[in-house]
This record gives sequence, C-alpha cells and structure tokens, in this order.
Amino acid sequence: MIFSFEIPLLLLLLATAAGAIMVKDLMSSILLLGTYGFTLALIWAWLGAVDVAFVEAVVGAGLATVLFLLTLFRTAPKDTRLRRPPPSLTTLIVFPLLGVLLLYAAEDLPEFGDPNSPASAHISPIYLKQSYQDSHTPNVVTSVLMDYRSLDTMIETVVIFSAGIACALLLRRET
Amino acid sequence: MVDAFSAVFQRPNFLTFVIIFLWGFYIMVTRYNLVKKLIGMYLVQTSVIFFLVSISAKKGATLPILLSTTEPVQAANYANPLPHVLTLTAIVVGVATLGVGLALCAAIYRTYGSLDEEEILKKLE
Repeated sequence: MIFSFEIPLLLLLLATAAGAIMVKDLMSSILLLGTYGFTLALIWAWLGAVDVAFVEAVVGAGLATVLFLLTLFRTAPKDTRLRRPPPSLTTLIVFPLLGVLLLYAAEDLPEFGDPNSPASAHISPIYLKQSYQDSHTPNVVTSVLMDYRSLDTMIETVVIFSAGIACALLLRRET
Repeated sequence: MVDAFSAVFQRPNFLTFVIIFLWGFYIMVTRYNLVKKLIGMYLVQTSVIFFLVSISAKKGATLPILLSTTEPVQAANYANPLPHVLTLTAIVVGVATLGVGLALCAAIYRTYGSLDEEEILKKLE
C-alpha cells in the first residue's frame, strides 16, 4: 500500500461525488454516481479490501446504477430537470456545526494504517492466525463470512428476499 | 486548534468521509426531487463503508489472503479482515434498501405523475 497514491484517488472520488450532486440533469447525475462507485472500488482494492471492491463494483456501481436508470426510464424529461431551492437558515447552521464536530473528533482517531490501532489489535489477529486451522481456506474474509458468521450471511438472504418481495408488490400493475 | 487541524490533514480518508457524508446528508434534507434524495442516501451509505474500510488498512500489509498456509501467521502483514466482512454485508443490504426506495419512487410517480416533493404534496391536498 503506497500512501502517495492516496491523494489523487481521494480527489477523484470527491470530484465524482460533487459531479453527481451538482449536475442539474438527473440522468447525468446517475451516470456520475456509477463513476463514483467504480472509483470507490478502486480505492478499496488499493486499501487491501479486494472482496469489498469486487462487491462494490458489481452490486454498488453496477446494480445500483441499473436500478436508478430503470426508475428514470418511465419518467418524463420535465421530472428529471431539477430545481435547487435556497437552503434554509437551520441547515446553514446545523451542517457546518456537524462538520466541525466530526472533524474535531479526528484527533482521537488512531492513525490510519497503524498496525497497533485498537481495531486491528484485539480480535482480528486471532481470526488471521486460526482461520486456516479452522476452515482450511487461505482467504480469511471468505472463511469469516462463510464459516464463523455463516448464520449471519444466511439470514442476510432473508433481507434481500423481503426487499425483492417489497419491490414486486410495489411495482405490480393493478388489474 | 493547530493540533486539530494537523490531525485532520494527517487523515485524508477521514476528511473525505466527512465531506461526502455531510454533503449527501444535506442533499437528502434539502432537495425536492425524490431520486436526488436517494442519490444522497447512496452517498451517505458508501461514505460510512469507506470509513470502515479505511480503519482496516495497515501500512505495509497485504491483502487478507494467507501467503503461506504452513508457517505461523504474522498478523501485522495482513490487513484487518473483520471490517471487510461486515461491510460486504452492509453493501448488499444497502443496495437492497435502495431498490425498495426506488420502487417506492416509481409507484409514487405512477400515482401522482411527479417526482417533485412539493407537487406531490399539492396533489395530496
């Protein structure tokens, strides 16, 4: 992991997110959101999270863009041109305050990339050391997902199933 | 004060997370178009996942796939796998909720003929 690569990629991420937010036409906004998803997948692959990068590239950047486009195909062009209302006083006060509070908390975070940070020091070494003995899979992410947390992954399909049922019920044509 | 500033700029991932999170949240609150609100929701979801994955990175470490299965494992050589596992679940569930939200938008559009929040509210009265 070369940390000098970080800044250009993060700037690209911010630029695509800003494009998706600021473009007035909804269709271009959604396509820029797909670009944002792929940039995010690139950053994750480079941070060492290949499995997450694959899932984001397929499900986040691919499927989410397709779902957005399917929704837009039925709408008229007048609905995809956007109005931008002037922000109210409350949002102008609350959001900068929230940002300052979040950034103020940065001092207490551990350094990114520190091997002894609390997130990496307590339980994850045990998984890394024992997963091959327990599950005989060299990929630790797969062994945790499919072995240690297999019930969680199994019940996750219930979430997707109910989401599919909800979509089918909402989009059904009344006869 | 100077310490806080330097702490922020030593963690560019966190700064990016804060910008995208707040901007997406702001879009969710202020814009009238329902699909634009969902774009903001997607940005908030992915920014939080991005923050979690940034925590799992280690300097000089490789992917959490074991290079040798016979030698004892040095945990500092591999990225932390647990945030990866949890965010895998979060991405899929996030896209499922996004799909339900978009289906709701399509149903609203079919009934009211608009995606604009104010026009829908006018027609509801």
